[in-house]
Amino acid sequence: MKKYLSVLLAVCLLAGCCMAFTACESKPVLRLYNWYDYMDESILEEFEQEYNCTVKVSYFTDNEGMLTKLQAPGANYDVIFPSDYTVQRMIAMDMLHELDHNNIPNIANIDRKYLDMDYDMGGKYSIPYMWGTVGILYNTEKVKEPVTSWDILWDEKYKDEVYMLNSSRDSIGIALMKLGYSLNERDDKALEEAKAELIKQRDSGIVKAYYVDEVKGMMAKGNAALGVVYTGDAIIAMGEADFLDFALPEGGTNVWFDAVCIPKTSQNKELAEKFIDFLCRGDIAFRNVDYIGYCTPNKLAYEQLDDEIKNNTKIYPDEEYLKKCEIFIDLGEKTDAYDKLWLTVTTSN
Amino acid sequence: MKNSKYFAYPYVLWMVFFIVAPLLLVVYYAFFNYGTGEFTLANFTQVFTDKDINYVLIFLRSVVLAVACTAICLLIGYPAAYFLADKKLKMPAVIVLLFIMPMWMNFLLRTYATMNILSGIPFLERLFMNNVWGVLLGMVYNYLPFMILPVYSVLSKMDPSYIEAASDLGASPRCTFTRVVFPLSLPGVVTGITMVFMPAVSTFAIATLIGGSKVTIIGDIIQRYFGKTSTWGIGSALSVVLLLFIIIGMLITNAVNMRDPARRKRGASGAVKKQTV
Repeated sequence: MKKYLSVLLAVCLLAGCCMAFTACESKPVLRLYNWYDYMDESILEEFEQEYNCTVKVSYFTDNEGMLTKLQAPGANYDVIFPSDYTVQRMIAMDMLHELDHNNIPNIANIDRKYLDMDYDMGGKYSIPYMWGTVGILYNTEKVKEPVTSWDILWDEKYKDEVYMLNSSRDSIGIALMKLGYSLNERDDKALEEAKAELIKQRDSGIVKAYYVDEVKGMMAKGNAALGVVYTGDAIIAMGEADFLDFALPEGGTNVWFDAVCIPKTSQNKELAEKFIDFLCRGDIAFRNVDYIGYCTPNKLAYEQLDDEIKNNTKIYPDEEYLKKCEIFIDLGEKTDAYDKLWLTVTTSN
Repeated sequence: MKNSKYFAYPYVLWMVFFIVAPLLLVVYYAFFNYGTGEFTLANFTQVFTDKDINYVLIFLRSVVLAVACTAICLLIGYPAAYFLADKKLKMPAVIVLLFIMPMWMNFLLRTYATMNILSGIPFLERLFMNNVWGVLLGMVYNYLPFMILPVYSVLSKMDPSYIEAASDLGASPRCTFTRVVFPLSLPGVVTGITMVFMPAVSTFAIATLIGGSKVTIIGDIIQRYFGKTSTWGIGSALSVVLLLFIIIGMLITNAVNMRDPARRKRGASGAVKKQTV
């Protein structure tokens, strides 16, 4: 008797599983692959209800890792959020679907100037999601002079007081900008000079540590005078400690974009485009920018921001300043040389 | 049971898939060109002769740090295990639990926590953040339980009649420890040393988080080669060299262990024990 009962139970269980599976399958699934903590996720429920689907989210922490994962067999993401130079690389590798702008009417909300970017002219494959800059977060109790250029990061006065970014493109870029070169320099001689600058900065004991996400926390604890951060991190750190201020070097800086794209791995391009359109809606874009604190390319969302943020030229620099800034371009085969250079700097001595 | 060997098959499968196969892959990537698949020693030549990055120095630094970490763990861990194994101790299980408790938390989270504690207190920040001492502290904190537990388990199973016999025969407490207790606990010490040295020499993340990437050790370089760049050949060559270091380390500890007279005589003392029982 017991035996029959267990067989019956097993059958019921199996049937239950099958039903559960079919129940899931009947609703279309949208798979997002996003940066960690980069969206107000309460918007997802609204999308699910509006379009009668299920949204699943996975996270990545750097562009390179995301790219590797997308190339692995079995990848089935529908919407991804790569940065500018990675969009360019993915277009070159034929990994992205072309977007049908007719299915994304809310694209009209995106400021036109952000759609004509060098990495993807006219937004054929990508629509900007967020943008920002790289600048210097400083402790006003320790830095009494105005912070105007990258040179201050090489000032011997601030020995053991500077946090640099542990990221090859960002830090080599800063050294190149300091020397007056382009952020996307491929010339070996210029790169050698940048390397010498970075090694000098390290050997003279100015660099306290190389961090990425940790800089904002360390600065908020008052552990150093200066730190290189992305805009959003600066806003968070300044919210935690009033002795911190943020400055963009007068000569210009790196402006970066994180975009929304549909990779070729997507099995539901139609729904993916509906989701991108949803993200471009003014109210949704505002909720996202309000949650993560970077800059929005969405006109309607920008208008809803507090004047205090809107008029803060450190967060939203003016046109004139932006002209002096540069965007990363994919380095192609030179990427390895940048990585090697950065490893040489961080392992010197 | 006659066919009991079949029960070992799951582990054999496990070993093939998760130990042997990855090892072979690492060796393959180290000795063969990633693109063309031709046999090459270029990766190793680069490891030993690279003019920009002194890998030899980084290896030496990692080994010295790991040896220091093992020594400190032994110095702190042995007395701790000794008192834990004391039969008069009340509730030893609770204290052992306290030792193991940090291990319930993931290694990376523990290191983040250490980083936040050290960087949050100005005095500790100056002493331990972004330098070699902090890295050493982080390593000792992470690996100390691996030293205490094997020593404790050997000591707690030791028959107290040995100690009684030693004092009956006129040995001072100190003599009892150096001639009886310590030699008998050597297998635990050797296990402890191996279990601390091996992960310590290949550890990563501690030097990036607590050391702020100012102290470079080999584990971080290998992690970087595999995780952030696509130069797997050099990463694999470094892993193979590291593996050799670990094997040499194990051979040395085993040789020291074997040369010890007390261990060779253990067979005889075991026989004595049987007679008395």
